[in-house]
Amino acid sequence: MLSYIVRRILGTIPVILLISLLVFMLVQAAPGDPADLLLSDEATKEDIDDARKRWGLDQPIHVQYGKFLIAALQGDLGTSFRYTDPVVTMIVDRLPATIELAVVSILIALIVGIPLGVWAGARPNSWIDNVGSFVGFFGISMPNFWFGIMLILVVSGYFNLLPSAGRSTYGVGGPPITGFFILDNIIHGDWNAVRDGISYIILPAVALGTNMMGILMRVTRSSVLEVMHEDFVRTARAKGVRDTVVLWRHVVRNALIPIITVVGLELGTLLSGSIIVETVFSWPGSGSLLISAITSRDYPLITGTVLTYTLAFVIINFIIDILYGTIDPRIRFDK
Amino acid sequence: MTNSALPTPDAQNVTTIDDAQSVMPDLPRRARILKTLRPWLKPKIVLGGTVVFMLVFIGIFAPVIAPYDPNGQNLINALRAPGWFSEPHFLGTDHVGRDILSRIIYGARISLVIAATVVVISGVIGIGLGAISGFFAGRTDFLIQKLVEVVWAFPPLLLAIAIMAFFGQSLLILIVALVVQRWIPYCRVARGQALSLRTRDFVDAARSLGASNTRIITRHVLPNLIQAAMVIGTFAMATAIIAEASLSFLGLGVPPAIPTWGSMLADGRTYISTSWWLALFPGLCIFFTVLGINMLGDGMRDLFDPRLKRSGQGMG
Repeated sequence: MLSYIVRRILGTIPVILLISLLVFMLVQAAPGDPADLLLSDEATKEDIDDARKRWGLDQPIHVQYGKFLIAALQGDLGTSFRYTDPVVTMIVDRLPATIELAVVSILIALIVGIPLGVWAGARPNSWIDNVGSFVGFFGISMPNFWFGIMLILVVSGYFNLLPSAGRSTYGVGGPPITGFFILDNIIHGDWNAVRDGISYIILPAVALGTNMMGILMRVTRSSVLEVMHEDFVRTARAKGVRDTVVLWRHVVRNALIPIITVVGLELGTLLSGSIIVETVFSWPGSGSLLISAITSRDYPLITGTVLTYTLAFVIINFIIDILYGTIDPRIRFDK
Repeated sequence: MTNSALPTPDAQNVTTIDDAQSVMPDLPRRARILKTLRPWLKPKIVLGGTVVFMLVFIGIFAPVIAPYDPNGQNLINALRAPGWFSEPHFLGTDHVGRDILSRIIYGARISLVIAATVVVISGVIGIGLGAISGFFAGRTDFLIQKLVEVVWAFPPLLLAIAIMAFFGQSLLILIVALVVQRWIPYCRVARGQALSLRTRDFVDAARSLGASNTRIITRHVLPNLIQAAMVIGTFAMATAIIAEASLSFLGLGVPPAIPTWGSMLADGRTYISTSWWLALFPGLCIFFTVLGINMLGDGMRDLFDPRLKRSGQGMG
């Protein structure tokens, strides 16, 4: 197991290097010179040359990449052109909001998607299967940003039930400890603020989680359907184990592997979906940071955010890989 | 994968027709066509197919169907609520008085053209690289698979967002940005097929008869991929439509002058507190289009290979 983890980490390093190279090349290949773009129109030739020298843009490309890489390894992704703050600090400040939103979305997707999928798979062609199938199609076909807009329109606008923008009411809640608003206020014991935080997170989390919920439901259904025909399920039934126990203990446990794979794969979609959903709900996460960076052509901030998201995705997939062995002992890691 | 007792794997597709002919040789032509069509007459395929057909129809005949010029502004008529049948603007107008219905109709055209182009280009690149990768194995395979691994490591859409952010809005760049990750599912399937085929007897036989690598790939590897490519392509079409709408919504899609469902939604978000129709109708169109295409893909997958059912969805 340990040697497997080490081997996986070693295998991931070249991928991460190549990712950084690709992102770096993207900036290089972009039309226009950053120095030209950022300085005002009145800047003279000398001003531009000076700026190019200061940002190291006059050096050969491999030297620039080397410097970028070494700095990145030391946790320095450069300075934001627009805010003149270190990119890493800006991202780290915004990351908890994104993670909080992602976690709640996944929870919603799991809580609705898996039971629905299990019931649908256990009783194919029943009414619950039809409901599930509808939910599945709805989930995979719904563009999350439009669903978000519709939720704002109906839930916030028409019924005035939940807030439509932001993360909490201004002034509510104690000082941040972990950066996760809801968790922080649970620690503070400020239940009013917790309720406030939850009321703000529900709509964006539903908008973001629907897609994963649909996919989870579909995968769970077909996975359960497949396991239901296995011999050990028949054996369990023959022994007189109750149906519910067979379903949840024998079937679901064995149906988990494809489900986890899909959760891992879909986390990428969820991450990029969060960029758009954050924009719709003005959620102060790193996704809306990326979009505002794009609007202001803040290249270091764009590269930094893109790299952070991709790295997060690589790490998540790595963890999922390790999880397989814990959930299914039949999977051996020694090749 | 395919039954080795068959003379060539391509023959598998044709067996239904052959069977029909051998069992009922006197069957009239119409009945035979019906028999071939029957497996396709599943609710999912019919429903999804109808949606796609309608979309293509609306897209092609947009200039004839659309009641107004999609870009014709009329500030006096701005933000007019849907008039249904009593007023000139069936689905209302937007903030500069453009007719929503006409913009949706033209939007269908743009969405469809972009998505179809993306799917075709992705398919050609993916299947090509996959077939080469699996067929030649070794170093070529290693390099292509590294490329796949790196491109696939980016969360879907993020790479497209980054490309659009750095290279600016244009139709060509948008297509590149959408293709950049979408060829990978094709590549995976093609590689798997090619890998399993390269050691098969009929490939050896073809080679011993002097067939070149190109011939073996185009005549023996590619025909085996058609069904899988159709299923992948259908789902890729759905994700491409959503991705294009997402990018346009973020202001990173096609240039603003071209009406798209995504950019209409971006306007809709701005005017959400006063004018609900701006956001409702384009979104409904995206939803039903994608729903239809997904149903079609699902139906086709059930038809071609029920074993594929487990592989979930494509990518967002």
